[in-house]
Amino acid sequence: MLNEFRKEVRSWLEENCPPTMRTPMSEKEIVWGGRNAKFPHPDAKVWMDRMAAKGWTVPEWPRVYGGGGLNPQETQVLREEMQDLGCRLPLNSFGIHMLAPVLMKYGTEEQKLEHLPKIARGEIRWCQGYSEPESGSDLASLQMRAEQTADGFLLNGSKVWTSYAEESDWIFCLVRTDTTVPKQQGISFVLVDMNQPGVKAEPILLISGNSPFCEVFFTNVKTPKNNLVGRLNGGWEIAKALLTHERQWISGMGLTEEEPIENYIKSKMGADAEGRLLDLAFRDKLTHFHLDSAAFELTLERETALQKAGHSPGAASSIFKLYGTELNKRRYDLIVEAAGFDALSWEGEVSAVDHVKTRTWLRTKGNSIEGGTSEIQLNVIAKRVLGLP
Amino acid sequence: MTNWQISDEEKLLKQSAEEFFREKLPVSSLRYMRDRNDQVGYSPEIWKEMAELGWTGILIPEEYDGLNFGLRGLGVVLEAAGRTLSPSPLFSTVLLGGTILQAEGSESQKKKYLPAIAGGKLLLAVGTEEGLHHGSQKIEASARREGEGYRLSGQKKLVLDAQSADKLVVLARTGEGERSALSWFIVDRQAPGVTTKTFRLIDGRLGCHLELHNVSVPAENLLGFEGKAAASYQLLQDAGAAGLAAEMLGSATAAFEMTLAYLKERKQFGVAIGSFQALQHRAAHMYCELEVSRAAVQKALSAYDSSDPKRSLYASLAKAKVGQVFEHVARECLQLFAGIGMTDEHVIGFYLKRSRIATELFGNNAFHRDRYASLVGY
Repeated sequence: MLNEFRKEVRSWLEENCPPTMRTPMSEKEIVWGGRNAKFPHPDAKVWMDRMAAKGWTVPEWPRVYGGGGLNPQETQVLREEMQDLGCRLPLNSFGIHMLAPVLMKYGTEEQKLEHLPKIARGEIRWCQGYSEPESGSDLASLQMRAEQTADGFLLNGSKVWTSYAEESDWIFCLVRTDTTVPKQQGISFVLVDMNQPGVKAEPILLISGNSPFCEVFFTNVKTPKNNLVGRLNGGWEIAKALLTHERQWISGMGLTEEEPIENYIKSKMGADAEGRLLDLAFRDKLTHFHLDSAAFELTLERETALQKAGHSPGAASSIFKLYGTELNKRRYDLIVEAAGFDALSWEGEVSAVDHVKTRTWLRTKGNSIEGGTSEIQLNVIAKRVLGLP
Repeated sequence: MTNWQISDEEKLLKQSAEEFFREKLPVSSLRYMRDRNDQVGYSPEIWKEMAELGWTGILIPEEYDGLNFGLRGLGVVLEAAGRTLSPSPLFSTVLLGGTILQAEGSESQKKKYLPAIAGGKLLLAVGTEEGLHHGSQKIEASARREGEGYRLSGQKKLVLDAQSADKLVVLARTGEGERSALSWFIVDRQAPGVTTKTFRLIDGRLGCHLELHNVSVPAENLLGFEGKAAASYQLLQDAGAAGLAAEMLGSATAAFEMTLAYLKERKQFGVAIGSFQALQHRAAHMYCELEVSRAAVQKALSAYDSSDPKRSLYASLAKAKVGQVFEHVARECLQLFAGIGMTDEHVIGFYLKRSRIATELFGNNAFHRDRYASLVGY
C-alpha cells in the first residue's frame, strides 16, 4: 500500500514540481503566503498552488480544513520523496505552525472552517501578538485591553516584537479582558483582521540591519465576538499551548542548513589533503559543537517518534527551545570566527554569501530571546520538569 | 531507522536490573570491598545470580546458550549497574570478551567459550592498552612464532578484572606495520610468565596491569587470522565505547537525581536551597545535557546492533558526549552537596572518581572528538 502511494507521490512530484523549485532555498525565498504574498520566482506561486490544491502544504490536516488527509506514514513518505527530489517547502507560516495547532484544539468548528483552509492555501498570513513593551518575560502581565461591546470587543494597546506584522493580514492576540482577577485569569485569545483603521504596524530596526519585527498599535479596533478562541478569560492556557508549538518550531530551525558548516569553514580556514582542518584548536571547538548538535538532532528525532506514538510534548519543548537556540548561536559564532576578516564588513567588499552569514550571526542572537528567553526556559524546566520549589 | 520506542521487554529488563543492583550491589558494597581490601574485585555469589538472570548471555546467540538481546539489551543492564557504580565482570567478560570471541572465534572456539560465558562459568579480561591513554601509542606487545605455537612478551595496562579472570584475551603484534600486524590470543592467566599487578583504583575497584614474559601460547589459542585483528579491534572499540557510555549515563543520571533530591530537602536561609534560581538553572542545564546524552547512547547501541555504516561515528559521539556530561555532572553535584560532598562518608565522591576512570577507558573525550571529526571528514 505504502509503496503504491510512494510511486504515486513520486510521479506527481516529478510532474508538478517545477525544476526551479528543486534547488536549495535561501531565507529570502521562503514563501509565506498572504493577501500580498511575495514570490521571488513566479514558479514559487505555481508550486504553492499545486501543492495547496492537493492539500499537501499541510499534508496531515483533514481534507475539510484544506489538508491532504494523510496518515503519519504517508506524510513521512511525502516528506522523504520531497527531500529526495530536493523540492522546496511550498509554504511556511505562523498560521501553519502556531495558530493552526491551537485552533484545531480550542477553536469552534466554524472558526476552523473559516480560517484553516485559508492558511493551508496561503491566502491569509498570520502574525502573533504576544509581547508588549511592558510585558516581556512576564508575559501574563500584558495590558492590551479588550472591552466587551454588544457585538464583540474593542481593542486598545500595543504589541511588540511582532514578526512580519507589516506583511501580515490577521493577528492572533492575547488581550486583557478582566483586570480584577489574578493576571493569568483575565487573559483572552482573540483573532483580529489587521486590514482596518486603528491598526498600525511600525517596523523595528535590529542589530542585523533588518526589520523583521514590528510594534503594532491598536486604537479602538473592533473584532466580532466569534473571533474569541476558547472561553472568555481562558486565553492563558491557549497561550501556553501555542508557545509549546512555537518553541518546538524554533528549536528545529538551523537544522535545515543548505550545506554542512564544515565545508564553509574549510573554505575559509584551509584544510590538508585529507580534508582535515589546519587549525587544530578550531577543529576541536567545531567538534564540540558538532557533538552537541548531533546529539540534539537525535533527541529531536526520538521526541518526534515518541510524539507520533502518542506522547505529549509538554515541558520537553522548553528543553528543545533552550538547547536548539543556544546551538544555533554557537553555529554562527563558529562561522564568523572561521570567516575572520570576511565576516567584518557590513556591506560591499565580500560576497553575498558572507554577508548573509554575518547578518544571520547577528540575527541568531535573538533566538534565545524570542519565544521565551533561555532563562525562562530554565525556569520552566526547573519548576515543571524537575519540581524545584 | 532507529527504533526509539522502548519495548516492553526492555522496560522489564530495566526495572529488574535497577532493582537488582540497588539491592545487591549498592554503592555501599563498593565501599565495603574497598575498606576490607578485597582482592577479587567482584562478588562470585552475585555474579552467579546475574548468570541465572541471563545477563551473562545477553550478547550471545541462542545456539550458544545466550539470549541474543544485543548491545542495546546489555546497555540497559550496564546503565542500571552504572546507577549504583556496581562492580562486576559484566563489562570485561560479557561485553569485551564476548564481543571478540563472537567476532573472531572459530566454530570450535565459540563452542568452547561462549556457552561458558553465558553460564557465568568463565571470566575473561581483554588486554589492549599500553600507553597512558587509550590509543595513544603503537601496540608493542609481541607474539613470535615458535614451533606449533607462539611466544608472547610485553605489557598491558589497566586490564579490567584481569586479577580474577580465567582467561586473558591479548592484542599483540605478529609483524611490523600499523594495522596489518595485530592478532588476538587467548592466554591462560595461570600460564608461566604471566604476571598480574593488582592495585586499588580511585573509585574503590581493583585495577590490574599485566606483564607477559615469553608466555607460551598454543596455535589453537590464536583468535581469528594472524595479522587481521584490526577490524575486530575497531568493533571492540565501538562496543566498548557505546557500552561504557550506557554505564556512564546511568551513573551520571543517578548522581543528578540524588543531587536534585538534596536541593529539595537541604535548607539554608530558612528555605530549600533548590528555591534559589542560580542553583535551579544549574540543575536544569544538567537535566538537558542528560536528556541529550540519552539519545546519543540509544543511537550508538542501536547502530551497533544493526551494523549501521555509521556505527563508529555514533559510538564516538556517545562516548565523547556522555564523557563530557558525566564529568560536568559529577563536578556540579559535588559542588551542590558542598561540604558533605567532600567527605569520604558521602557517596557523591565515588561518582566523581568513577567519572574520571570511565572517561579514560576506551578513549577519553579528546580521543573520541578527534575520531568523530575524522569520520565526519574534517
